[in-house]
Amino acid sequence: MSLATETTARPVEQFRVSRSRRNVIWTGAGALIVVVVLALFPYIVHSGTTSILVQAFIVLTMASMWNLLAGYAGLVSVGQQAFVGLGAYFVLILALNGTSPFAALPVAAIGSGVAALPLWWLVSRLRSGYFAIATWVLAATVMLIIEKFSSIGGGTGMPLPGFAGFDPTLLTAYTYWAGLAVTVVAMLAIYLLLRGRLGLVLTAIRDDEVAARSSGARVGLARMLVFVVAGAGCGAAGGLLAISQLQVQPGAVFSIQWTAEMAFVTIIGGLGTIEGPILGTVVYMVLQQTLASYNAWYLIILGLVAIFMALFARRGLWGLVDARLNLRLFPVGYWLRLDK
Amino acid sequence: MSWVNAIIQGILVGGLYALFACGLSLMFGVMKVVNLAHGDLAVVAGYIAIGVITVTHIPVLWSFLIVVPVMAVLGYVLQRTILQGALDRSVLATLMVTFGLSVVIENGLLQFFTANTRGIGTGLALVSGSFSIGSIQIGYLLVVIFATAVVVLLGLQYFLSASRYGRLIRAVADDKEAAQLAGADYRHVFGIAAAVAFGTVALGGIAYGMYAQLAPTTGTDTILLFAFAAVVIGGLGSLWGTLLGGVVLGVAQQIGAQISISDETLAGFIVFLAVLALRPQGLISRGAQS
Repeated sequence: MSLATETTARPVEQFRVSRSRRNVIWTGAGALIVVVVLALFPYIVHSGTTSILVQAFIVLTMASMWNLLAGYAGLVSVGQQAFVGLGAYFVLILALNGTSPFAALPVAAIGSGVAALPLWWLVSRLRSGYFAIATWVLAATVMLIIEKFSSIGGGTGMPLPGFAGFDPTLLTAYTYWAGLAVTVVAMLAIYLLLRGRLGLVLTAIRDDEVAARSSGARVGLARMLVFVVAGAGCGAAGGLLAISQLQVQPGAVFSIQWTAEMAFVTIIGGLGTIEGPILGTVVYMVLQQTLASYNAWYLIILGLVAIFMALFARRGLWGLVDARLNLRLFPVGYWLRLDK
Repeated sequence: MSWVNAIIQGILVGGLYALFACGLSLMFGVMKVVNLAHGDLAVVAGYIAIGVITVTHIPVLWSFLIVVPVMAVLGYVLQRTILQGALDRSVLATLMVTFGLSVVIENGLLQFFTANTRGIGTGLALVSGSFSIGSIQIGYLLVVIFATAVVVLLGLQYFLSASRYGRLIRAVADDKEAAQLAGADYRHVFGIAAAVAFGTVALGGIAYGMYAQLAPTTGTDTILLFAFAAVVIGGLGSLWGTLLGGVVLGVAQQIGAQISISDETLAGFIVFLAVLALRPQGLISRGAQS
């Protein structure tokens, strides 16, 4: 009782709760400027640069989704390549039926999200490590099933149709804009989700799952929602992959390499922060571009750095930045400010 | 008759899968580590065996006398260094570290030994020879592998239930703080458990290299996933369940192969998913899921 009287006795003006120390308007405006400048890139830079950036968009979208899974919902999935592959095949199937591959991208996202529901039902009974390998088996199974349909290329895959009338320069620019749009929508969706009720529930689960459950947080539902959103996001990235490579091969789109890349990028950049995957993607692109002629080396180095980070810098590169500057570009938590 | 043949072959291959699975199950049971690099380490063991056989010219079968101790030491060292380091942080960290290890090993093998497949002891009478009962042909090798799996499981059971280190391992698996208070250094015991698990991994890798061909990607797309499927089908945390799971997986695959040769792997995974959907506690239930 004494505690209650003490808190009510204290004047309310003494503290305020805000999203961030700094004003969000400025980061919002900054993000908008960055997006506008990026949107103008096809007019100012060489098409080689935009192609590299499309790759960066794919990796950033996938990494952000993996971060949502592992960093916020505690779900380590090593089977996200299932959704990358499904997204690519959704685009291929629609393109074979005469839809423009670009118009097929939203369908690929929604389709992969819907496909995530039954898959979630199968793997949701398993926890942590067993969940991880089960998603891996699921991805392998989905690939083996898709390889059985010879009308969509069977085990060898097929080129993506629907680009006959496109001028090559225009195609590169369209692919780039599609990539930018997918990434912006994905990041915005994650940001809004985490700022909303879901973010609150996920934070509660992260801190104490039992307490969250007993306070009425619907833990299973929150995790399912995250799995579905991550499936949709990876599906959109997979559709983008199909468009940027102009072909769909089961072995390539269902490769474990995608999950390796999204996991390493997230771990290096900073797990559990929206900024982390952005920073991680920059590191990834630099490594990949410098080591491109050394085959598998960039993945080896990326893997070693990720192991080192997981052991010695759990919050990744962004964690190191944040520890010095206390900076959050995308504030999803709350900040308690005490006035004197 | 071909169906009977498929079932017999499937049962025997199940021994190989049990050999893959028991190490995975042991490490999870004791340390709560799901080692995503399990399969890649088996491939490493297979490659070491190939190297040892080429350099020393020892008989193929005896290569395990060198490879098993080497892998056991590697297991102890890995557990005491990075795996324990990850365990001290979080379960999430162990998954990230072992997944990182898996990708690094696989791409390292790819980089240094190319994507070519390699067999162990190809051309040996034991590897290619067979005997027949009626119209059914049974390879000597599969019988030897199945017998090895049974011996390994018996050995593990004896080791865990009757030996001093086995008792320590079970004590630490039950409650590591309590065991620590009673004077057991749980880190050392974890190391011993990892050494034993890696020993079985070595046997699995050599056996697979003789039964089929090893390539850098074999570790994940075959060994890890089949081992895991066997563990789930049999029941998490059950030692003999891994043999049952392996046998069910093997039979499912061979029956799938009878229907269409390309459906071998898919049939196994579908049985795995059916078990996951209908009986998630596995065929031999211990009631405990984690």
